[in-house]
Amino acid sequence: MSRLTSLLSRANATGRCGLICFLEAGDPSAEATTDLACTVAEAGADIVELGIPFSDPVADGPTIQASAMRALAAHTSVRDVLECARQIRKRSDVGLVAMTYANPIFQYGFGRFGVDAREAGIDGIIVTDLPAEEADDWIGVARQSGLDTVFLVTPTSTPERLQQAARVSTGFLYCVSRMGVTGAQSDLSSDAAQLVGRARAVAQCPVCVGFGISRPEHVGALAGIADGVIVGSALVAAVQCASDQATRLRNASELVRALHTATYRTAGAS
Amino acid sequence: MKEATAQQRPGRFGPYGGRYAAETLMPALLELEEAYAQLRSDPAFVDEFRALLRDFVGRPTPLYAAERLSKTYGGALLLLKREDLCHTGAHKINNALGQALLARKMGKARVIAETGAGQHGVATATACALLGLECAIYMGVEDMRRQALNVDRMRLLGAEVVPVSSGTQTLKDATSEAMRDWSASVTTTHYIIGSVVGPHPFPTIVREFQSVIGTEARAQVLDRFGRLPDAVIACVGGGSNAMGIFAPFVQDSKVRLVGVEAAGRGIATGEHCASLGHGRPGILHGSLSYVLQDKDGQIVATHSISAGLDYPGVGPEHAYLRDTGRAEYVSVTDDDAMDALVLLARMEGLIAALESAHAVAHACNVAREVGEGGLILINLSGRGDKDMETVSRWMAETSALRSGMPSLGSHFRGDRPEDKASE
Repeated sequence: MSRLTSLLSRANATGRCGLICFLEAGDPSAEATTDLACTVAEAGADIVELGIPFSDPVADGPTIQASAMRALAAHTSVRDVLECARQIRKRSDVGLVAMTYANPIFQYGFGRFGVDAREAGIDGIIVTDLPAEEADDWIGVARQSGLDTVFLVTPTSTPERLQQAARVSTGFLYCVSRMGVTGAQSDLSSDAAQLVGRARAVAQCPVCVGFGISRPEHVGALAGIADGVIVGSALVAAVQCASDQATRLRNASELVRALHTATYRTAGAS
Repeated sequence: MKEATAQQRPGRFGPYGGRYAAETLMPALLELEEAYAQLRSDPAFVDEFRALLRDFVGRPTPLYAAERLSKTYGGALLLLKREDLCHTGAHKINNALGQALLARKMGKARVIAETGAGQHGVATATACALLGLECAIYMGVEDMRRQALNVDRMRLLGAEVVPVSSGTQTLKDATSEAMRDWSASVTTTHYIIGSVVGPHPFPTIVREFQSVIGTEARAQVLDRFGRLPDAVIACVGGGSNAMGIFAPFVQDSKVRLVGVEAAGRGIATGEHCASLGHGRPGILHGSLSYVLQDKDGQIVATHSISAGLDYPGVGPEHAYLRDTGRAEYVSVTDDDAMDALVLLARMEGLIAALESAHAVAHACNVAREVGEGGLILINLSGRGDKDMETVSRWMAETSALRSGMPSLGSHFRGDRPEDKASE
């Protein structure tokens, strides 16, 4: 069983859903991201999603776009993100998923990236603009390297597309809770629960849900139905508003503790 | 395999193209592919489109023999395909109308589009006004500044112009922002991509709607001269006017196809948008094609004096035509394009768009290569009203204005004594 699957199963076995936290690697520096990731793990994240910055993040809203631009302004390369993962892995057993767009790893070389990412301690990869039908080569590379391939399904995914994504996803299947790009919102989409239900019917791996999940009450509402929840923009926003690293670490820790508390499946939560 | 039209699988041109899109958009892309496959052979749809091209756009556009310019260049006869005479002032309306009709057939009441020079934005706003569709146009704030006239036109036509201030504030980021809108609105909205770029099926749909340019021009040249042209020249940003005029000639292996990219301030400065000449394969905005990028695959900032060419990618079919050698791609600087624009105005009374002026500039070289008796077809893809502010500023900064003649760019300078004599 992959580290991602076993971490989510372990969380579920202790009566809570898994907590996956996104950080854009290199914002404001690769070293800062390493410390933030370890802090987030200590505060209760089961898995850390490390964003590999791309200049044209078409699936991201303003918060993560700005974070990617800061990381690129700090000259963060794919190689730097792999080094960041290596440093995190030295200090923590947290699950590590890299999330990016096709071009940075296409330029690095799919084959070489698969080998180097696994060697750096990364457990799985999400490539936002690589749908299953374009991913044959990539899936082959990932299987050979022992990397999980996480694919996304959305409220617009047809039953056929859900099955296709479920067939090629390992580690977990990523349910996009609503239409549109990444970003925090005040109310949880009503599409989320329905999509998780549809995904669970076909998935052979854990089912996690992300996009627009920013508050403990959102986590609480989903804890009973999803195997894991993914929080991105809210954490990025909490980190970016701090001007020094100590405050960044404190903000991240406080938010993740509050989110973690909400992952416990209390009676009536679902 | 060297056959230039071959598509190994749908949406692929050799290795290029594909559908690198977020899952949210995939069902809409599949729906679009299916709807278009049905409608492209539906007589009612084809008739409606043709009637609009005739009565609303003003097609067929004329083929004009630019004899004075040909004499000045010295060589082959230059034939201008007058897309500048299309309603709204550029070829963009061909595709915008076709896709707006598609949107209506698919039951989408709202349309979005990206625009650089504003020509595709104006064309889309026009098509939406005609068909009663809600319309939002994404445009970089830098382009809104340099193409202010078109911003006013879009607003007058009832479209919302959404300023894009992220990234480069030009066409690349306007495209990204339109894609973000679409991923939230895809169930009610159609995205009218303005060039032969983006995920499958867009490059094919846009090429087919624009190929009316080449189909008409090929028949016009055959009718008037009894033979095909020796070369076809068009400017290439995303590449829709070029694909539109190239497509019906691809099988005519003796006809040279020449695409002209923007060399901006000069290739050596790095401030250009010659993706085919100086980029390498990469994935941007949904397809694999040539892209201007750094070693890590980050898309780099580009520059061209013409907003419509100021884009770091290019249509995937052009990438295939380049690799197979069926088409050749060159580049022309801001200065040389501007010289050609002034020369065309003074020799022929035609004020071309800055984009099209790139093709006119390079035609000088091809005219001399082909020589007397030859025929060169140039796509004059748009008119230059939108560029007057840029042109005025350039002229004010150029001493040549005071002498009454353009400075005449590097490929004229020093070897045209009659130009010197007229100063």
